[in-house]
Amino acid sequence: MSDKAKPVRIYVPIDAAALSVGAEAVATAIRRAVEQRGRPVEIIRNGSRGMLWLEPLVEVETSAGRVAYGPVSPADVAGLFEAGFLEGGAHPLGHGPTEELDWLKRQQRLTFARVGLTDPLSVADYRAHGGFKGLEQALAMAPADVVERVRASGLRGRGGAGFPTGIKWKTVLDAVAEQKYIVCNADEGDSGTFADRMLMEGDPFTLIEGMVIAGIAVGATKGFIYLRSEYPHAHRALNRAIARAEHAGLLGASVLGSGRAFQLEVRLGAGAYICGEETSLLESLEGKRAIVRAKPPLPALQGLFGKPTVVNNVLSLASVPWIMVHGAKAYADCGMGRSRGTMPVQLGGNIRRGGLVELAFGISLRTLIEDFGGGTRSGRPLKAVQIGGPLGAYLPDSLLDTPMDYEALAGVQSMLGHAGMVVFDDTADMARQAKFAFAFCAKESCGKCTPCRIGAVRGVETVDRIIAGVERDKNLAVLADLNRLMTDASLCAMGGLTPMPVMSAIRHFPEDFHRPAMAVAAE
Amino acid sequence: MGHYAAWDIEVARALITRLSSLDGAVMPILHALQDEFGYVDRAAVPLIADALNLSRAEVQGTISFYHDFRDEPAGRRVIKLCRAEACQAVGCENLVDHLRTRHGLAVDATTADGDLTIETVYCLGNCALGPAALVDGELVGRLDAQRLSALCEGRAVETAQIIERVPA
Repeated sequence: MSDKAKPVRIYVPIDAAALSVGAEAVATAIRRAVEQRGRPVEIIRNGSRGMLWLEPLVEVETSAGRVAYGPVSPADVAGLFEAGFLEGGAHPLGHGPTEELDWLKRQQRLTFARVGLTDPLSVADYRAHGGFKGLEQALAMAPADVVERVRASGLRGRGGAGFPTGIKWKTVLDAVAEQKYIVCNADEGDSGTFADRMLMEGDPFTLIEGMVIAGIAVGATKGFIYLRSEYPHAHRALNRAIARAEHAGLLGASVLGSGRAFQLEVRLGAGAYICGEETSLLESLEGKRAIVRAKPPLPALQGLFGKPTVVNNVLSLASVPWIMVHGAKAYADCGMGRSRGTMPVQLGGNIRRGGLVELAFGISLRTLIEDFGGGTRSGRPLKAVQIGGPLGAYLPDSLLDTPMDYEALAGVQSMLGHAGMVVFDDTADMARQAKFAFAFCAKESCGKCTPCRIGAVRGVETVDRIIAGVERDKNLAVLADLNRLMTDASLCAMGGLTPMPVMSAIRHFPEDFHRPAMAVAAE
Repeated sequence: MGHYAAWDIEVARALITRLSSLDGAVMPILHALQDEFGYVDRAAVPLIADALNLSRAEVQGTISFYHDFRDEPAGRRVIKLCRAEACQAVGCENLVDHLRTRHGLAVDATTADGDLTIETVYCLGNCALGPAALVDGELVGRLDAQRLSALCEGRAVETAQIIERVPA
């Protein structure tokens, strides 16, 4: 076959964020342009490379590797063809070879190694890029050795709490029961986070493989992915991937012919933030109101339908195949202190170059936000960064030299959470953000415990009084007391951590709580 | 989205029967009913309770707990507007004001003619390209007042306009 007859591969992301800025229209425009020109072209719908400010990012495979163009709008397509982009020709939207882009080159992509590179729903592509190897490795080992490898890697839960994954697995392995479950917590509800979504859309087989390995390791034959309903694109991707994984023998009665069974189902949530809390999630999977369960008993011993259950976040499970292939030490060698491996950080909010950066723990927040993110999108001075979702602290510029590390962030009364970083410029009003934290808690509280259910409502009222200038010092004291109570007496992180954004706003931005009194807007 | 079947108890019964053998069947059944009819009719509650051997209160309790489940039909078009922190940082609350002042539309309400429902959601996972909305199930990024107006009026958003060229 001559080079002219060989189809040129063009990559147009099918990731929801890329679609949100027109990737579908761009794919259609390219298809039409190709039909007019009669040149054989294969359009592959890949995941996103994570450079979201460049989406839709179109890549062309050339003899010199993949060449990037972006952000491409449908109106740019004709010009790209004229500029010879099928051969990687120069164009104002061209960025040269994708892999050479500084933003990508500086990352350490382990969990996201394949995201954006492959066709997310192609089993052949997955295998060609190292897929299945982790599972094959696990099937050749004793279950306890698999669990030990995960423990030795130092992998901690990537959903926010940071509990060691291997220890959770060991508890379930040691539990005696005829049925055990693997539950993937895909209820990534924290504002500023989208890593789970990108992975599920961009490389769903990695998550599936990680869940199968977990099942083999602890003796569970059934898994559920509990996915938030706000992610319809990920829902479609997962269901298609599961059907193909069953066809390929990755799932089913005999995983890769091993005689070991593993079945997997996706279940949709219904718009309740509290389902990110693992015991609420289990209640929801059982079909009930998602009311938090008191622990103990631990879900590892009495979880879904009362059976021993591993509940892990998407990224924790998706990190496992890499650990199986490359070994515990290779993973643990990345990172700092007790934070081992890499963390996919998500840069969002008012930021110029938002997207996903996977790096070993230890890099400073400033490097992430300024070097990778390029500062604010508005061009105004940065005021605050909220890290770890609606329950995370607002940090001022003066704390941006803190390294990304579970313990270092705890040291500045903050938390890493799911590593979402939301940037605010100087127009943000932190009293209003503090009020929102309480309002969100009031709206999303499951209602089981009083500090959260009532405390959040009282919190909104108290912040309102402070904004209105009513007995400010007294009300700030009331707020401090209320926050202490919620922190100490709430059953789960919802009520227990809501004080974190509130207190951080007061601590770092006191001026916003002492502005001239203003009438409280009716909301 | 937007083209739902009218409530039909026999169709509902068949859906419930088909799904009732699932482990923890309540949520899949409620989603299936809402996908079919656009809401969960009150008449479905005793059917689900009977099929799964639950009390009606348990079924009703589940329906009422979750923000997604509706007990009456939504508008023909649904815009779910993100009002979480990342979208707040890029002005989503100005969009709420715009809806009110320019279009007379309230959030978390359906227009009187049943054409449009606008709902608050907290995070659509598009935090780097906000403000974001889910418009009849499709994600839209970098929403501004002009594009939101187009959506309210049932026009498509010009994708070329969404592109924001950021110097590298």
